[in-house]
Amino acid sequence: MNEVTEYFSDIFKGVRSLLKGMSVTGYYFLHPKEIITQQYPENRDVLKVPERFRGELVMPHTADNQHRCTGCSACQLACPNGSIIIVSDRVETPEGKKKKVIDKHVYNLAMCTFCNLCVRACPTDAIVMSNDFEHATYDRGELIKILNQPGSKVLEGIEE
Amino acid sequence: MKIEAIDTSETKEYFINMGPQHPSTHGVLRLLLTLEGEIIKNVEPHIGYVHRAIEKMCEKSSFQQIIHLTDRLDYLSCHMNNEAVCLAVEQGLEMDVPERVKVIRTIIDELNRISSHTLWWGVMGMDMGAITSFLYGFREHEMITEIFEETCGARLTMSYNVPGGLMFDIPPNFQKMVKDFLFHFKKKLPEYDTLLSNNIIFTERTKGIGYLSKENAIAFGVTGPSARASGFACDVRKLKPYSAYHKVNFKEIIFTEGDCFARYKARIDEMWESVSIIEQLIDNIPEGDYFVKTKAVIKLPVGEYYQSVESARGEFGVYIVSDNKKNPYRVKFRSPGFANLSALNKIAQGCKIADLVAIMSTLDLVIPDIDR
Amino acid sequence: MKILSIYDFSNLTQAIHTWLSGKMSVVSTQVVEMILVGTVFLLFFAVLGLVLVYAERKVCAIIQVRLGPMRVGKWGTAQTLADFIKLVFKEPLITRDADKFLFNLAPFIIIIASFMAVAVMPFAKGLQAMDFDIGLFYISAVSSIGVTSILVAGWASNSKYSLIGAIRSGAQILSYELSAGLSLLTIVILTGSLQLSEIVESQADGWWIWKGHVSSIIAFVIFIIAGTAETNRGPFDMAEAESELTAGFHTEYSGIKFAFFFLAEYVNMFIIAAIGATVFFGGWMPLHVGNFEAFNNIMDYIPSVVWFFMKVSAIIFLMMWFRWTFPRLRIDQLLTLEWKYLLPLSLMNILLMAFLSLMGWHF
Ligand code: SF4
Ligand code: SF4
Repeated sequence: MNEVTEYFSDIFKGVRSLLKGMSVTGYYFLHPKEIITQQYPENRDVLKVPERFRGELVMPHTADNQHRCTGCSACQLACPNGSIIIVSDRVETPEGKKKKVIDKHVYNLAMCTFCNLCVRACPTDAIVMSNDFEHATYDRGELIKILNQPGSKVLEGIEE
Repeated sequence: MKIEAIDTSETKEYFINMGPQHPSTHGVLRLLLTLEGEIIKNVEPHIGYVHRAIEKMCEKSSFQQIIHLTDRLDYLSCHMNNEAVCLAVEQGLEMDVPERVKVIRTIIDELNRISSHTLWWGVMGMDMGAITSFLYGFREHEMITEIFEETCGARLTMSYNVPGGLMFDIPPNFQKMVKDFLFHFKKKLPEYDTLLSNNIIFTERTKGIGYLSKENAIAFGVTGPSARASGFACDVRKLKPYSAYHKVNFKEIIFTEGDCFARYKARIDEMWESVSIIEQLIDNIPEGDYFVKTKAVIKLPVGEYYQSVESARGEFGVYIVSDNKKNPYRVKFRSPGFANLSALNKIAQGCKIADLVAIMSTLDLVIPDIDR
Repeated sequence: MKILSIYDFSNLTQAIHTWLSGKMSVVSTQVVEMILVGTVFLLFFAVLGLVLVYAERKVCAIIQVRLGPMRVGKWGTAQTLADFIKLVFKEPLITRDADKFLFNLAPFIIIIASFMAVAVMPFAKGLQAMDFDIGLFYISAVSSIGVTSILVAGWASNSKYSLIGAIRSGAQILSYELSAGLSLLTIVILTGSLQLSEIVESQADGWWIWKGHVSSIIAFVIFIIAGTAETNRGPFDMAEAESELTAGFHTEYSGIKFAFFFLAEYVNMFIIAAIGATVFFGGWMPLHVGNFEAFNNIMDYIPSVVWFFMKVSAIIFLMMWFRWTFPRLRIDQLLTLEWKYLLPLSLMNILLMAFLSLMGWHF
């Protein structure tokens, strides 16, 4: 007799556990407000990207096209992936001394792992991480960027 | 590797290749199964499909750069991996980090553990055929990644630790975000139990399946929840407390059954413990610096340094040999997944294919962690 | 019992028949009628597949706190159509050393088997292609032809995953056929007929699920479990078991042949739900509650086809709900469930029902 009751209580317990599981999924079916999907391209305007989000390396420029990069190559050395190449130039200062200035700050987005080490290494805070995350292009070449804008100058008073 | 062609016409055995592209190997792992009908006679894992020579890459990297490479080992417990390297480097520099750093590291550790375990829970359900749990698990995982995103700017590969502290201070709303998450999570965790843990089909499929004895767990070097489910107390947080673990009260979850369900339950209970650890710390984050300045070029004194932490999958160890240069002479990672995988053959023999999937899930393998 | 005559399709079908017979000979009338019915069913299948796949995706999405398809058409309604077009244009791959003839044959067997089952489905009064005396028996018989297709597909694919899936499926469907049949038999004791139209008529004053007491409720539960197992759907999707066998018996199929298997799953689900609705829930009979004349009259105004499809969708939803809640069973547990629980239970149940009906204790 004991075995028979066990047999039936097994069935009962099993069915009850199944029904409980169904109540969870049933709850979600009846509460569509629990849906967490975000419709991405549509919600671009309301999309909240945290301020610290590391999306792309950029070099902020002032209104009159000046930046803070001195071309010291600290970021290039800090980068673990070789995504940064500094091409520097020597110019003659008014006093007649030769001085190293930045020619091109080449940044290869495709090789960047967004580790933030370059930003930390920069002594003059010339580069920062921006929040832009939409990097898809049809051509890999477009991912190699020159961060200092053409014709830009180093901000006065920034020294190595 | 060449596989010996065994004449299977005499025996009833046959081979099947599970992977490298298979939905439940969770990455590019290849298992060579010897089957008799559906019964598994032998499992031979073939690894190396995502080998990226990370240890070798570390040898050419500076100590700061190593950290971002460890993100790519076990990406689900990246913060623990980062921390292990930082602790080893800090140990070499004989430097003491501020209390604030220790507490924040511990909180993020535990958040990371929860996020890893929620994802594991979802995937476990999916492997068992309950696909819905996958989405529920991901929901909670996603909430934590959002906290991480706000804290350090990255969602998965965080690189939040640097030798000497943290990369950023916590954002001002950090406490609120974590508390909101915990509030939500404590409501959802019982749902996990209703959906899977108490489900008769699930318990039938995991109880008594895939037994791993304590002796075998120790012999194979299995660590983490998988070993604690076999009764092997191996929690690094208890044995060698690092960061702020000596300050908090928590239970080491130990089961003695050693089957799939025990491993499952160990992780579920561990999530509760993580919640309690975070709750103990979140309101008492000491004031202070989040960072101690180190030299731009870190050189460790000649010697060998080992530091292990409890990652979500077990003991993650970093072994650094330094010859006082700016790069380490040799770096070796002790990754938990590798040792856990080695026990698979022992556990899975005599089980069915469906059980193998359950066993793999409860061992919680992350393939990049195994291959490195 | 007064079914509103506007919802009685027998006049319509009769009218078409007489009109056709007036135009041509008996044989050609039959041929034309067959072609007509065949075309209607083909269209019905296509629509059914599209609707059910879409419904499944949406139901599972909402259960899983997702939105599901949203891009193609408003609320993603054209998504399944787009998928279908994609499948049609895909390259049909065949594995090396596969048995080409059987490999190509298998998808047709399964789709034909489900076609045949729909033939006797009473969608509404008079809306039935064939009204066999042994309709229920016929359905059980043809719906198990599908398993040969799965076995053939698994064997012909020349892939071990497919073979394991096929063998599993064979064992599974053969076992569950038993309890599905027995649970239907429980109701047949009450109706005394296997003819589907008569089974429906016998429920004019109440559905068997109420009239047959606890016994028919048990029978229904067993039927829905066995039915889910027969359609190879989760939690009994052993034959596919994507986390174990990648895709089971249709691992090697692609393009339109895969689409056939996919469609057949949904058609089979519809068939099981339709049988369940017909036998347990009165088919196209409206819901009547005791003596609430006003209520009953309002119910009568809902067309019988709508009733039929409402009941079918409710059962289909139940099956979807199962699928998106439960983990999959293991093959040996599946057989244990059948032989140790469902089969003894349905045998006991059939005895109980026989006893009830002998004593006249049903309504
Ligand atoms: S974020 Fe890291 S990988 Fe990217 S450029 Fe900076 S240092 Fe290099
Ligand atoms: S960005 Fe900063 S670190 Fe890099 S070259 Fe310019 S100043 Fe130096």
